[in-house]
Amino acid sequence: MSPRPIRLTIDGEPVSGMDGQTIAGVLLASGRKAWRTDPAGQPRGVFCGIGVCFDCVVTVNALRDVRACRRRAREGDDVRTQSRVDGER
Amino acid sequence: MKHVVVIGAGPAGMAAAAAALRAGAVVTVLDSAEEPGGQYHRRPLGARYRAAKAFDRVLGHPRCTWRADTSVWALERRDGRAPLVHALRGVADGADREAVCLDPDALVLATGAHDRVLPFPGWTLPGVFTAGAAQALAKGERVAVGQHVVVSGTGPFLLPVAASLLQVGARVEAVLEANQPRTILRGWAQDLSELVPHTGKAARLARYAAGQLRHRVPYRMGQAVVEARGDGRVEEVVVARLRADWSIVPGTERTLTADAVCVGHGFSAQLELPVAAGCELAGDTVRVDGDQRTTQPGVFAAGEITGIAGQPSAVDSGTVAGWLAAGGAPAEIAGALRRRDRGRAFGRRLAEAHPIGDGWAGWLRPDTVICRCEAVDHACLTRALADPVTAGARSVKLSTRAGLGPCQGRICGPAVAALTTAAGAEAAGAHHRPIAQPIRLGELANQRTEENR
Repeated sequence: MSPRPIRLTIDGEPVSGMDGQTIAGVLLASGRKAWRTDPAGQPRGVFCGIGVCFDCVVTVNALRDVRACRRRAREGDDVRTQSRVDGER
Repeated sequence: MKHVVVIGAGPAGMAAAAAALRAGAVVTVLDSAEEPGGQYHRRPLGARYRAAKAFDRVLGHPRCTWRADTSVWALERRDGRAPLVHALRGVADGADREAVCLDPDALVLATGAHDRVLPFPGWTLPGVFTAGAAQALAKGERVAVGQHVVVSGTGPFLLPVAASLLQVGARVEAVLEANQPRTILRGWAQDLSELVPHTGKAARLARYAAGQLRHRVPYRMGQAVVEARGDGRVEEVVVARLRADWSIVPGTERTLTADAVCVGHGFSAQLELPVAAGCELAGDTVRVDGDQRTTQPGVFAAGEITGIAGQPSAVDSGTVAGWLAAGGAPAEIAGALRRRDRGRAFGRRLAEAHPIGDGWAGWLRPDTVICRCEAVDHACLTRALADPVTAGARSVKLSTRAGLGPCQGRICGPAVAALTTAAGAEAAGAHHRPIAQPIRLGELANQRTEENR
């Protein structure tokens, strides 16, 4: 059984994934390796992959700090990258 | 009738639930994932996992309640009784999850473990993953973390990780085991009779090493990735030969082109909930007696939090914990008790064959990040440790912020503790966190639902 394709947006850009994938899986499969900046302004993406490290957090449908590796991607999700610089801490 | 609450639906938790049901208890199983199985029985996208039928029987039992997507954030201690369990149910990191409070007669903690990864220059670059992340993404999502991948660390887990990467089309440039062949042999060969019950596992590993992987992947012992380099992402890694203590043999460094590196230096037990319950620890694991009882009344522990020894051992300790938590008679599980003891012996061998050498600290440079969340570098930590005013574990934390980020020291904790001890300062033990994992303030304020059965 082949998973159903889904579509979401990353910073407004359309991206396709498969139903059942996490947001991290969709982002990686789309060729993105980094989508957050750390407190020193350096790029970060997935590290632990199982919800322990919080390196991969994104904003999903206006809710900040969602672990991309723990959240299943849903059709139409509006995913935004986020940062801990620019006074956003 | 006893109400047994099992936290964690991996191999140990599922075995505990099954055994508690057999012993006649009412059982509630909680897990933060959507499906049972833990990291071990990860379901391939669009497929059924192998253990699905057995899990359906347990979770579909009339005396069993299954709560998926449920994150336990606090255990409220009570005198002489099992603690109250506070959890949130709903989509991961969502803002409107349902509050759940359970009042168990007995609690089985089976929260498992996550990869332990030592810091090295470049380990915060995108493209560096834990071995478990690579495995989860390959098995669960059919995603290869890179096209040219180097797998590095210590322990047998590196081999199935490499196999999973091959299955999703990645090229595995090398699997590097940091320990020397003689360290590994000495660990495993101490008492071969102890390993006899584990020949199935040994044969599987030998197949990985000799057959499935050999013709496609070089496997090197006494070597490690000691640096990752690249502009905003991994472009190459530096590989070096290591001495038995994991210090670099000077002049042996060479670079390999790679777009991903997967690292695993063993596992860290997830101790937040055992600590929250007030359970005494024995080193890096929960202290349990022959009945899998912790030092807290009504609280049992099973699986990787009681010692890293693989899935069969986790199942046996889970069976013992679940059965006895439900009030079953020990005489009726003699077989599981015996297998559990062998599993513990296997875990000791595994730890001795794949130790972490102290020399890894020599891989670090002043600007190497130690605490990923707060981007605290080695120079900052070294300064704090050299200052008599801030050298204690608590002061180091407060003056450097190491361990104070969102992961709460889960990732950097073991490394910070090792560096602190090496500097002659007193290392912090596992800290009690009133809130065992980050939750939103609004959710904390909205606690209402009480649930008992």
